[in-house]
Amino acid sequence: MSKVKRNQIIAYSLLSLAAALTVTILLAIVFYIMSRGLAMINLAFLLEEPRRMGAEGGIYPAILGTVYLVGVTLLLATPIGVGTAIYLNEYIREGLFKKVIRFTTEALAGIPSIVFGLFGFIFFVILLRDITGGWSIISGSLTGVMMILPVVIRASEEALRNVPNPLREGSLALGTTRWYTIKKIVLPLAFPGILTSLILSIGRVVGETAAFLLTLGGSLLIPRTLFDGSRTLSLHLYMVAMETGNMDMAFGTGAVLIILIIIINFLAGALFKRLIKRFS
Amino acid sequence: MQQTLKKKAANLEERIVKIILIIMALASVFSIGLIGFFLFKEGLPFVWNYGITNFLFGTTWNPTNQIYGIFPMIIGTVLVTILAIVIGAPIGIAVAVFLAEVAPARLTRIIKPMVDLLAGIPSVVYGLFGIVVIRSMIRSLAHGPLGEYLPGTYQTGYSVLAGGIILAIMILPTIITISADAIRAVPKEYKEAALGLGSTDWQSVYSVVVPAAKSGIITSIILGTGRALGETMAIIMVAGNTVQIPEFGWQGIFAPVRTLTGNVALEMGYAGPEHRQALFATGIVLFIFIMILNSITLALVKKEH
Repeated sequence: MSKVKRNQIIAYSLLSLAAALTVTILLAIVFYIMSRGLAMINLAFLLEEPRRMGAEGGIYPAILGTVYLVGVTLLLATPIGVGTAIYLNEYIREGLFKKVIRFTTEALAGIPSIVFGLFGFIFFVILLRDITGGWSIISGSLTGVMMILPVVIRASEEALRNVPNPLREGSLALGTTRWYTIKKIVLPLAFPGILTSLILSIGRVVGETAAFLLTLGGSLLIPRTLFDGSRTLSLHLYMVAMETGNMDMAFGTGAVLIILIIIINFLAGALFKRLIKRFS
Repeated sequence: MQQTLKKKAANLEERIVKIILIIMALASVFSIGLIGFFLFKEGLPFVWNYGITNFLFGTTWNPTNQIYGIFPMIIGTVLVTILAIVIGAPIGIAVAVFLAEVAPARLTRIIKPMVDLLAGIPSVVYGLFGIVVIRSMIRSLAHGPLGEYLPGTYQTGYSVLAGGIILAIMILPTIITISADAIRAVPKEYKEAALGLGSTDWQSVYSVVVPAAKSGIITSIILGTGRALGETMAIIMVAGNTVQIPEFGWQGIFAPVRTLTGNVALEMGYAGPEHRQALFATGIVLFIFIMILNSITLALVKKEH
């Protein structure tokens, strides 16, 4: 066998090894968390309130907290993000304004979550506490909106860009206004793509912890209003693991989180596939 | 008459919608402005009063006695980040080349969702895995065979090494996805030309395709660095959080360290006024690190076009 041939075999074996290693790491993490966490999950674990700081009992308040936080964050971020994308893609040409917005969106995407947390803490929790109630779901959501805005904007823009131009031109040629065309023709076609971005944003909010550590307050009580403090599943996992040392409870919460993320990724993937089919 | 009224209404709607959209588009500009403003407003006066060199290069962090030196945390951050890149970048790039050039399409379709899942797993879950599995493995090494070479505080397993490994895993998806996209974007003709000249498949990948995707691959590494630098939760769970500069030499990777992000997350909950300002100043340092990285990425992307 020639030397070049041998080099190729060695190189490709190493590349395959790297891929195998990555897959193994993922499976190891998922299976390990599941094997220790799944046994914890039952109806009582999901629907009961925690006792002794979360060392015993269930995770119900954290589930509620996660649902509220995700709901409010998406409710606020969707119109802003999609609106920005519509403006960028449908209303203006390349130019300074577009460049500035694109640059700030990129910059926003790069900021570490703990810095969002610092800002959310001083602005929403301290400065606006009369409005937000201090550490609260609202404070956390407003911080969360800033974090997922880049994801929503970028993906929505992509979805809008995929709508073929002749459809717009056809509608405009019939004498409709621009907004009417967007409302009736462009948005319905871009909808699955936008939905995919929203589902991925749910994943981001569910997985985020550092920013919410400083803005949600970590209360273990069931939140009664959006102005109450709360904790998400991720935050609960962290606090239980670090403060109570009861790793079984942490693994149970971890398993719930992994199941959630798998569902979210699956949904986003399925939608994306349908999207590709529609446009090809 | 009715016709014109209808038209007028449509025009009005058009104008209102446009104004609303502009306001929405300004939200992200507004956000970053607010974040920058408040971060600097809270942190900068402190840095000014305390002295920038005392703050950046002071080696003691003792808020109870008003001593705020963050040098050990800068070192801690730099160490875990470098280790994460040293471990994560070669593996990530190798996987990217594998997915883009070597693997059959069917295998790529299986691995791609797995990489996405790796990106979606919450950092606290990585932290939990890190504490229970990776930290324990390092502990049995540091407390066992290496025990006689390491000081007692280096034998717990909470260490630069544990942090570096966890971060390396966490930045893999970033590096893989962006590098693979960059490699796929290289025109097919490049490779065909190289093959036509008699190169083997690997030779053309190695000496033509990968160099052509260089700036995308570098971008992926920089973005990975940013992710490692900014990661908070997983790192506080495994790195030990001791404010201490590690020993120089190989023993140093077994040293417990605290990162800049960890410092903020751990102490914000109970900080008094001055202490809080010092933590915001820590945030500024982090912010500047990230901005420098972002500018490098931007410059690279610009050079590309």
